[in-house]
Amino acid sequence: MAAFDRDWPGPAPDCRSSSVRIAIIDTSTTRAAIISEGLREAGLTDLAVIDPAGPLVAQVEAAAPEVVLINLENPSRDLLEDFFAMSRALARPIAMFVDQSDAAATMAAVDAGVSAYVVDGLAKQRIQPILELAIRRFQAFSRLQAELAEAKTALADRQVIDRAKAILMKRRGLDEPAAYALLRGHAMQSNRRIAEVAEAIVTSDAVMGGL
Amino acid sequence: MGSETFRIGFLPLVDAALPILAHELGFAAAEGVAIQPVRDLTWATVRDRLLYGHTDAAHLVAPLAIATTLGRGRPPVSLSVPFVLGLNGNAITFSIPLGEACGLGEGLGDPVALGAALKQVAAERRAGGRRLRLGVVHRYSSHNYMLRYWLAQVGIRPDEDVEIAVTSPPFAADALAAGEIDGICVGEPWNSIAVDRGVGRIALASAQVWRRGVEKVLALTAATATERPDAVAALVRALHTAAAHFVAPGTAGDSAAILARPEYLDAPVDAILRAITDRIRLVPGGAPIHYPDFMFQYREAANFPWRSQAAWLYTQMVRWEGRPFDAAEAAAAMATFRPDLYRAALAGSGAVLPGASSKLEGALGEPIAAGSTQGRLVLGNDRFFDGRAFDPDDMPGYLAGLP
Repeated sequence: MAAFDRDWPGPAPDCRSSSVRIAIIDTSTTRAAIISEGLREAGLTDLAVIDPAGPLVAQVEAAAPEVVLINLENPSRDLLEDFFAMSRALARPIAMFVDQSDAAATMAAVDAGVSAYVVDGLAKQRIQPILELAIRRFQAFSRLQAELAEAKTALADRQVIDRAKAILMKRRGLDEPAAYALLRGHAMQSNRRIAEVAEAIVTSDAVMGGL
Repeated sequence: MGSETFRIGFLPLVDAALPILAHELGFAAAEGVAIQPVRDLTWATVRDRLLYGHTDAAHLVAPLAIATTLGRGRPPVSLSVPFVLGLNGNAITFSIPLGEACGLGEGLGDPVALGAALKQVAAERRAGGRRLRLGVVHRYSSHNYMLRYWLAQVGIRPDEDVEIAVTSPPFAADALAAGEIDGICVGEPWNSIAVDRGVGRIALASAQVWRRGVEKVLALTAATATERPDAVAALVRALHTAAAHFVAPGTAGDSAAILARPEYLDAPVDAILRAITDRIRLVPGGAPIHYPDFMFQYREAANFPWRSQAAWLYTQMVRWEGRPFDAAEAAAAMATFRPDLYRAALAGSGAVLPGASSKLEGALGEPIAAGSTQGRLVLGNDRFFDGRAFDPDDMPGYLAGLP
């Protein structure tokens, strides 16, 4: 987040001294929890986490937030923007946070998958740390998801390799190290992953049955 | 070739067809451009991806392109529209109970008679303390303006006599089924899906409100249009070829099969095919009826971005926002539509090029030859259902005459 470091004049702000009411709208309740936790740690405790299963506009209206954080791909964004457009009639209308002087920050947010809406008149220096934190948490969540997907793949790989080894041991009368060596040798020869070779063996065993 | 790639944002709707077909059928490649379709679920996200460089162009509701240029709800960013992706193709679908209350028969409603029936039901519901709630797909959508135009002309005051609520297209059937809305103006295939699910019936086609209503557009940032003129011209040519293919006899089945795929509309091929062929099933279990020009493409230079279309949308924007007419804003709205880019791209091709950039809207009762600089231009019936015509040179006068 070099953009923030470069733009930020002086030490990090003490968020505790100012209370900003923040609403979090996210289709992922896990990510919403991760963001809330981060905001709380930074002293921003005036939070409303919107229940994605409940009525959106009524909840946001009741929360009367000064900042709204929503995931970019949330299917309710058009509805939310319609509500904000109607809020123009209110004393402090809400609009998308896109301070032209700070296009880099908004772009970083959109890249991270979050969009922010802010009430008119809220000082930029109070918005920036919130947005920065949300971006970091969104990115951390994406990394976690990627790691989880990797872990799942690794687990699936190990399971299919174990099954292929068992098939080879039974069919060829090999012991486990020999079965694994056979798999590995095939993978190297054909320039494929061991799991791919294992999957081919498991599939053909299922198709060919007891032949 | 990197600079000749266009990532194009779209929502799962039948009128996203042209960029998808240009990509799938090689029309883009033939012009030396590559299209990467980027699917989203809200117009807000399609717009944000365009503004922040995740995409290079977007399938967009026309009024949102104008609202973005004017800076409604966010700082202004100028957008350019070199190509209209289609006219009409939307419908107004009622919930089954509302259809019964309004006495809808087996056919499409008559805008005036149905309007009178709806007015009575709306008054009863309002007196009962629960106003009718009608859905539109976006605040800045042609759906919102077409629905409101119809309601206002038949004596129903939007926001007073009935509520207007935003509902995303893929959730239209669910919202009707759950009773969250009593009706919706939405694009295809979402009306047909509501009918097929037995939760709605099609009351009117948007073409019954305005025979030649501007619908989705191809939008780019004005910066992209300036920086990549040759690539934009190639993209416009590819889309124009796709439009010619889209209306060519015998192509509808293949087009519907492509659009139905999970990465595009992820919707039943049969519902998509009905929309493309102007054959609309109005009631659950009923036989589709043929309604010509339900969705209008290619003919009559339908893809030409008339500045008068942008002007009409602007009048409806200020009308329903309750803002005064602003001549500078009107000029900026009209300048969003770029007939100059359309002409530059298609000069020397077989495409029909209108001589004017603006015209009277809703003034033609029957086909008439119009001025062109290339090809032979014939414009068909483009009436509004109430017979009122729109003169882009007198927007204040037009606004003053509206109810």
